[in-house]
Amino acid sequence: MKENKAVKTLTAGLIENNPTFVQLIGMCPTLAVTTSLQNGFMMGLAATAVLVASNVVISLLRKCIPDKIRIAAYIVVIAGFVTMVEMLLNAFLPALAESLGIFIPLIVVNCIILARAEAFASKNSVGLSALDGLGMGLGFTVALSLISTVRELLGAGTIWGVQILGAAYEPMLVFILAPGGFIVLGLLIAIIQLIRNKNEKKGGAA
Amino acid sequence: MDFAGFINIVLTAILIENFVLVKFLGICPFLGVSKKVDTAVGMGCAVAFVMTLASALTYLAWTYVLVPLGLDYLQTIAFILIIAVLVQFVEMVLKKLMPALYNALGIYLPLITTNCAVLGAAILNVQNGYNFIQSVLFGLCSALGFTLAIVLFAGVRERMQFSKPPKCMEGFPIALVSAGLMALAFNGFSGFQI
Repeated sequence: MKENKAVKTLTAGLIENNPTFVQLIGMCPTLAVTTSLQNGFMMGLAATAVLVASNVVISLLRKCIPDKIRIAAYIVVIAGFVTMVEMLLNAFLPALAESLGIFIPLIVVNCIILARAEAFASKNSVGLSALDGLGMGLGFTVALSLISTVRELLGAGTIWGVQILGAAYEPMLVFILAPGGFIVLGLLIAIIQLIRNKNEKKGGAA
Repeated sequence: MDFAGFINIVLTAILIENFVLVKFLGICPFLGVSKKVDTAVGMGCAVAFVMTLASALTYLAWTYVLVPLGLDYLQTIAFILIIAVLVQFVEMVLKKLMPALYNALGIYLPLITTNCAVLGAAILNVQNGYNFIQSVLFGLCSALGFTLAIVLFAGVRERMQFSKPPKCMEGFPIALVSAGLMALAFNGFSGFQI
């Protein structure tokens, strides 16, 4: 029974409650860094690391944080971890830190992290909170990877920097620029809604 | 700062590098509070107010506290705390002194703490090496760019309520695609230089 709950917590963020495609939160990094698969994937991992760590700490502190100042306390915890991630990236992956730029410190104001702290970690045990953070973070990473694969393939003809569509392919630059981000995300969400509607209809008929 | 530099910051922040449509900052309120023109204007004003003040305060904290003490690695933590406190403070002051304005802007204020445009402007000010006046100007103009984008977008969405998109496109997808088309229009400003 207990195992069941753990699995459920982990998969909730991945599929049925996916932060990007279902809850539609954390949109700024989703659109901004998905110009290439590498950027999108690494951004997802960085956010996952912060999410798991902050969920664990907030869950540990949930009984000593006074209710009135809880949001400020959460933000300080999150900002601490973001600073750590920022320093690690600057030290070990400087090229990546350069291309993600301002969006690394902006993980602090990623609504996914604050939303999970408020909605989950402040009410649940440490283990479950860590799993929830991991599930949500992976869901975010999968979503970012999906969006950035489409954008990189259409916009540059490559995936993870490797030429896929051949030299004859004329890259559609617009998909790497800002407008492409909005359009690709919109169409992906539309496809997901289409699949959901179909599944619901099937369920109703049976 | 000469006049050309002044105009350059204004045009860059409002049009050429519009926070929402080119730099992807502040997307959450852009999508969340843009169903009606009235609320979009309210949100825009609240953001402009807080962002200008936040640019000034974070500049002062950065130049006179963090850098002299060698604490520049605390940038993210310090800035987000300043913004959170500022938002709370503005809320209390408005409630006490200007209840009419508070009633108009009040509900948007708590949302601004997690608006990445505000923190983004503060960090960009430091990255670009702006002085005090440039920082405040950049904060104000970026916020005006945000307001411009959100109000225009709200106008588009009000019209869209009367159209009938395919069922799977209803809601967010159609809004995102139209935001994409708007961003395409704003792309026309890129490469524009003084």
